[in-house]
Amino acid sequence: MFFDHLVLGASGEFLNVGDIIATLAVFIILMLLLKKFAWGPLMGIMQQREELIASEIVTAENSRQESQKMLEEQRSLLKEARTQAQEIVENAKKQGEVSRQDIISTARAEAGRMKDAAVQEIANEREKAISAVREEVVALSLLAASRVLEKEISEEDNRQLINETIAKAGEVQ
Amino acid sequence: MGHEAPMLKVFGIWFNLSNVMMLIVAAVIVFLIAFISTRNLKLKPTGMQNFMEWVMDFVKGLIKSNMDWKDGGRFHVLGITLIMFIFVSNMLGLPFSIIVYGELWWKSPTADPTVTMTLAAMVIILSHYYGIKLKGLGEYGAGYLKPMPFLFPLKIIEEFANTLTLGLRLYGNIYAGEILLGLLAGLGGAGVVGFATAIVPMMAWQGFSIFIGAIQAFIFVMLTMVYLSHKVADDH
Repeated sequence: MFFDHLVLGASGEFLNVGDIIATLAVFIILMLLLKKFAWGPLMGIMQQREELIASEIVTAENSRQESQKMLEEQRSLLKEARTQAQEIVENAKKQGEVSRQDIISTARAEAGRMKDAAVQEIANEREKAISAVREEVVALSLLAASRVLEKEISEEDNRQLINETIAKAGEVQ
Repeated sequence: MGHEAPMLKVFGIWFNLSNVMMLIVAAVIVFLIAFISTRNLKLKPTGMQNFMEWVMDFVKGLIKSNMDWKDGGRFHVLGITLIMFIFVSNMLGLPFSIIVYGELWWKSPTADPTVTMTLAAMVIILSHYYGIKLKGLGEYGAGYLKPMPFLFPLKIIEEFANTLTLGLRLYGNIYAGEILLGLLAGLGGAGVVGFATAIVPMMAWQGFSIFIGAIQAFIFVMLTMVYLSHKVADDH
């Protein structure tokens, strides 16, 4: 009866409580089974995916920040290296200049020293040569004079006399 | 369509065996679809998993359009099961109906008012249960006096009207569809001329019935969520 009056031509003589029970039982059992075997796992995987995406976003953000930081670091390092290189080059230049001056002055001093030594040597040699010549002249003059004069004066007096003469001659020179 | 129903009395309770059978058939089909498509779930979904996820998101959208997800999340499983079960039930009667010795065996289970009214009553009773459980008896009772106390009788009537319309809308749509399909099938079987006449409207009506079946499943779940949110959510 009841709802069966709504069905055309249905024999509306009893309330089919059995259908109500069957509907409820079938639906509730279906819902529980699906919850256990289908919706539960499916919701789980969707939840998991949501979490994965969220964590991926966080990770990406983190690594982006990290790479940004590293980039800054690299940039400053590069700058530092560049200034350092500049400095080194500058230093080397200065050093080079200093040592150039050093070498030049050393060489100059050495040359001067050598020149002085040479001059000294030359003077010595000249002196030596002059005195040798002088001695030779004395001996020769002595010999000549003694030959001319034969004797009268001792050799000693002669020598002195001749030496004086020669000295006078040297001064005149 | 004066087909008898295959009635059986067990322990003094009457069963319409065709309803019982078709309910079980619908449930088995829904379970198989859901069970098979959720085997070997992947984070990157493929094939049927995509479809099931779409259904879930669809029902989630329905719930979210009516209430907060923290209130409505608990009805997600109910909503998905309802929409799949009702849709499959609506589809079952479309391709054919089987009548054995004047007794109608194969039909949509939702073409029976007892079944649809049971589902509707279940939903309304659930809405009262959750209304009391989530908001407490006092606030639940106060809900009957809002917005104006003198509307109290209407509020009471509304509860019964909701139940009736929810169940009978589904039943009426599906039953009407099957009646017309039955008439057209009768015409188509009547002879060559009848077949030629019936085939085009038959196809049109079957297509329309698929549409109706989908729409009615959607409306049923939508209204379920509306009624639940009336009792559960704070606003409205």
